[in-house]
Amino acid sequence: KGGKKKKKPSNNKPLMQTKNEHKSVVLKIIKHYQEEGQGSEVVQGVLLGLVVEDRLEITNCFPFPQHTEDDADFDEVQYQMEMMRSLRHVNIDHLHVGWYQSTYYGSFVSRALLDSQFSYQHAIEESVVLIYDPIKTAQGSLSLKAYRLTPKLMEICKEKDFTPEGLKKANIGFEHMFEEVPIVIKNSHLISVLMWELEDKSTVADKHELLNLSSSNHLEKSLQLLMDRVDDMSQDIVKYNTYSRNLSKQQQQKHQYLQRRQQENAQRQSRGEPPLPEEDITKMFKPPQPPPRMDTLLIAGQINNYCQNVKEFTSQTLGKLFMAEALQGHNN
Amino acid sequence: MSVYGPVVKIHPVVLASIGDSYERRNEGASRVIGTLLGTIDKHSVEVTNCFSVPHNESEDEVAVDMEFAKNMYELHKRVSPSEVIIGWYATGFDITEHSVLIHEYYSREATNPIHLTVDTALQSGKMNIRAYVSAQMGVPGKTVGVMFTPLSVRYVYYDTERIGVDLLQRTRVTPSRTKGLTSDLSQVASSASRVQDMLATVLSYIEDVLSGKVTADNSVGRFLMDLVNKVPTISAEDFETMLNSNINDLLMVTYLSNLTQAQIALNEKLRLRPTHYTAIHIYHC
Repeated sequence: KGGKKKKKPSNNKPLMQTKNEHKSVVLKIIKHYQEEGQGSEVVQGVLLGLVVEDRLEITNCFPFPQHTEDDADFDEVQYQMEMMRSLRHVNIDHLHVGWYQSTYYGSFVSRALLDSQFSYQHAIEESVVLIYDPIKTAQGSLSLKAYRLTPKLMEICKEKDFTPEGLKKANIGFEHMFEEVPIVIKNSHLISVLMWELEDKSTVADKHELLNLSSSNHLEKSLQLLMDRVDDMSQDIVKYNTYSRNLSKQQQQKHQYLQRRQQENAQRQSRGEPPLPEEDITKMFKPPQPPPRMDTLLIAGQINNYCQNVKEFTSQTLGKLFMAEALQGHNN
Repeated sequence: MSVYGPVVKIHPVVLASIGDSYERRNEGASRVIGTLLGTIDKHSVEVTNCFSVPHNESEDEVAVDMEFAKNMYELHKRVSPSEVIIGWYATGFDITEHSVLIHEYYSREATNPIHLTVDTALQSGKMNIRAYVSAQMGVPGKTVGVMFTPLSVRYVYYDTERIGVDLLQRTRVTPSRTKGLTSDLSQVASSASRVQDMLATVLSYIEDVLSGKVTADNSVGRFLMDLVNKVPTISAEDFETMLNSNINDLLMVTYLSNLTQAQIALNEKLRLRPTHYTAIHIYHC
């Protein structure tokens, strides 16, 4: 069950193994979301850094402004160019290595993301998209994940062949769409000293969100999103089923037509008349348009993501509940 | 000119950026300067962002790239329109004469700018982070000078920032200064162990008080009372029912999500099998 094995010379480099991120990048992303992106809007920005052996180092980032109606003629490319030029003046690495986006309850597997990541990866092979989940972070643990498109998916996007046969040829399942790159956060000594200073001067965090027991709100929203996606998926499946039913009906019709033709020709031959001319079958029975299957793949991937998140959340909450039970048991 | 002493609230983002730009400074530059962005309140100034500005400093003169500063400010304004220039920062311990000149420029950009010094060279053994505001001094009409009065500095965080900073604090401990991001139950476990540590500290304090080593402090005693009362006293059966219903909910959700995942995996398998269409196609060929 193997897909096509193509060895392109540019793919000889080992895949990016880990990603080193500098602390200021993390803080900047958090701040950007906090200030500009309340609600379910996404905030986006660009990651800058360099490639070191088999690691991708992200050393800086800058945010993209939101798309508002009164900024219709806002030129994104120009903004980016200017930012990078200015940053070069202060010796910041100006190599584009990816982009970041915030997500709402884990819903980021979409066509838009795929297209953007594809164009980035096409231009720069090692680029990643960093997904920041502010809601999970607010619950107590920094949620930052890095993804790249698998080489198989890159090929498909390049050929733009989203028909069922194309996807089948490449043998892609929804688990093979994105690959996660492990993240490591690195600090320099100076920043470590800064952290000492901060810890010294600031009060202890008074909220330990991670041990919060309330879970129903989060579960409700996640399940709502999951149900929406499953509805989308079932609609998609219905479409595909009607398509295949139409196709097979058409095949039958074609078959019957050809058989009738043959019978007629046989009869005519027995009567000594010239056979009827062969007509172009394909023009008579135009095959129905196969629906693009990329959306199904994306929806499946998204559903998978939601399920993973929900399971992680429930396991954490179960742990917390058992802890509360132990505490209560001691009291009684 | 009245001297007022607003409290300067700094976000950790700013410190990290300053540290970063200091590390990237040009050869031969002993310090870096840059602009501070943020919001001004009645009694406080909140610094939320900053960017560094290239400048040259020598014995007698100082040149700052103002064009650059203006450009960068415009670009930043596009993203966060609520931020304004509230001052500038410089690394280094002292305030030099050049600082006065630079401060004067910034007074043109913002009313009563804040000057922040970050001692990155650690001259005094610690990293001193200080803020100043300038005030006129001297005899009016005759020699007028400028004095920098210090302001109190505090650190504020958004909730999510706090969590990010907590994670980054932990990178301090590892020798290679790196840290992967953990997930799942290990986080709950580490949180629980942190609470345990805190409880141990409190317990040792109580022991000391009881044995007379430390004099009892009433306010601390009141906090302890609050702490003990926080654990709600519910009857055992009520707690059991609550716990069980919660656990049932969670288990059901886990079961449903597993089911959904199995469903889509099955769908994948079916999709990837050769369809009816392909079989007939081969036949016609």
